[in-house]
Amino acid sequence: MLPKHNLKAYDAELTELRALISQMGGMAQSLLEDAVAALLSRDSARAQSLISDDEAIDALEIEVERLAVQTIALRAPMADDLREIICALKISSILERIGDYAKNIAKRTTALSDDDISDHISILPEMARLASGMIQATLDAFVERDAEKAADVRDRDIRIDTIYNTLFRDMLSHMTENPDAITPSTHVLFIAKNIERIGDHATNAAEMVYYSATGNILETDRRKNDSTSYTTRDEIDQN
Amino acid sequence: MNVDPSNALMRDAEAASAEGIPPKMVARSVNVHYGATHALKDVSLDIQGYEVTALIGPSGCGKSTVLRCFNRMNEMFENTQTSGQVTIDGMDIYARDIDVVALRARVGMVFQRPNPFPKSIFDNIAYGPRIHGLAETKEDLEQIVEASLQRAGLWDEVKDRLKQSGTALSDGQQQRLCIARAIAVQPEVILMDEPCSALDPIATGKIEELIEELRTGFTIVIVTHSMQQAARVSQRTAFISRGELGEYGPTVEMFTKPRHERTKDYIMGRYG
Ligand SMILES: Nc1ncnc2c1ncn2[C@@H]1O[C@H](COP(=O)(O)OP(=O)(O)OP(=O)(O)O)[C@@H](O)[C@H]1O
Ligand SMILES: [Mg+2]
Repeated sequence: MLPKHNLKAYDAELTELRALISQMGGMAQSLLEDAVAALLSRDSARAQSLISDDEAIDALEIEVERLAVQTIALRAPMADDLREIICALKISSILERIGDYAKNIAKRTTALSDDDISDHISILPEMARLASGMIQATLDAFVERDAEKAADVRDRDIRIDTIYNTLFRDMLSHMTENPDAITPSTHVLFIAKNIERIGDHATNAAEMVYYSATGNILETDRRKNDSTSYTTRDEIDQN
Repeated sequence: MNVDPSNALMRDAEAASAEGIPPKMVARSVNVHYGATHALKDVSLDIQGYEVTALIGPSGCGKSTVLRCFNRMNEMFENTQTSGQVTIDGMDIYARDIDVVALRARVGMVFQRPNPFPKSIFDNIAYGPRIHGLAETKEDLEQIVEASLQRAGLWDEVKDRLKQSGTALSDGQQQRLCIARAIAVQPEVILMDEPCSALDPIATGKIEELIEELRTGFTIVIVTHSMQQAARVSQRTAFISRGELGEYGPTVEMFTKPRHERTKDYIMGRYG
């Protein structure tokens, strides 16, 4: 533990900021996992209720902003404190975006409810679990000021990217063979893309945590594994 | 980290040397005793020219003592012993043949409480140039007085009442008068010991603006208790802790990622 500030109220504000970020992270994780679960069980009612959960995350983001600005104004934070507050601000906006992606997944539940593409979407919970694990690890690293843990989060992103690439090719050939399935397949691709983006966002948040913990920028040799933007029809046909 | 502490200290001491440019003043292994009090322990510090170096640290850590080493002001106290080396442009200022009065003209000082002489505004500024023989004629002297007051940003406020007593000015104006007085003898280095601690934020802002302005022509070392002030005015910051140099580096780094726990605790306002 770091030594305490001369002002108790200052410590209390930083503790509250950390608690708010943890809370937001937990909510974003559940929202993501529940959205994918609702999708798989074709549970439109549950999906609908999740859409309003996203508003709670948005409200927390505003609260984090308010508290961070207040602390900067009143305490003139320095060094580790300054980095941590800036990091909290950035992470909260990342978590808000993650909430949006999860909400977007929930919204597609209705669009998928009639179509039988269960084989193709059975991998989505695994993707969501991986992404949720990245959020969890990032927040743990934030609260524990653990630079190593933050750096490790980046490597996990590769696994999500790999699953996404496989699913992408899979869906393209599925659509080629079944023109009727183009609409639901497109939804599946968007959902998978959303989860893949959540992984990217968690990675960015982890990079912020690394900076907060060390004061150094994590070098950007990200092994990006999303090759789908270069995939052509010819390649699909060959596969 | 397994860094040889003496090397680390040296690296810190030289943190100010910008590539290739020799420092304006150098302190090497300076020890100061006030009677039985060992106030400075092996302090080594390079002061880079045309920059503002801030000295920060808890009360009683030795900031003022460090500052006073640079113009031998510590000798004004009884029972003081100074050892080690301090140079200006490579010249040892503690050498036997040094004229201390001339040294203090090169390395001027501004104190915490504005301390104008109980004389006219004009005479406050003219005093130094007169005793150092910097003005041959009355016109020369008037020219120096005006230029110094201009430089200190005080001219417009006092030009119509140069005969009034310096002590009749506001605290902020008095402090700028003292800065004008310090620069009137054309020093190379100006030492400032908490120059704004008696001033309100507006008067403080004016002095800080002035410091930034003066940096183009002078080398400045400032002691301050305000982290924000150190951050605003300086390019390098030295953290003094219990009579030792705790950490020294570029100001931005000191306030965003200090390397030592003690520095961190101090600037973040934590219990050590
Ligand atoms: N003239 C003196 N005679 C005896 N001891 C002195 C004298 N000046 C300073 N000291 C002692 O030397 C140590 C360093 O004092 P110094 O004034 O340099 O500290 P400082 O960092 O400037 O403190 P502050 O922030 O309170 O001004 C202190 O322990 C102080 O009591
Ligand atoms: Mg002092």
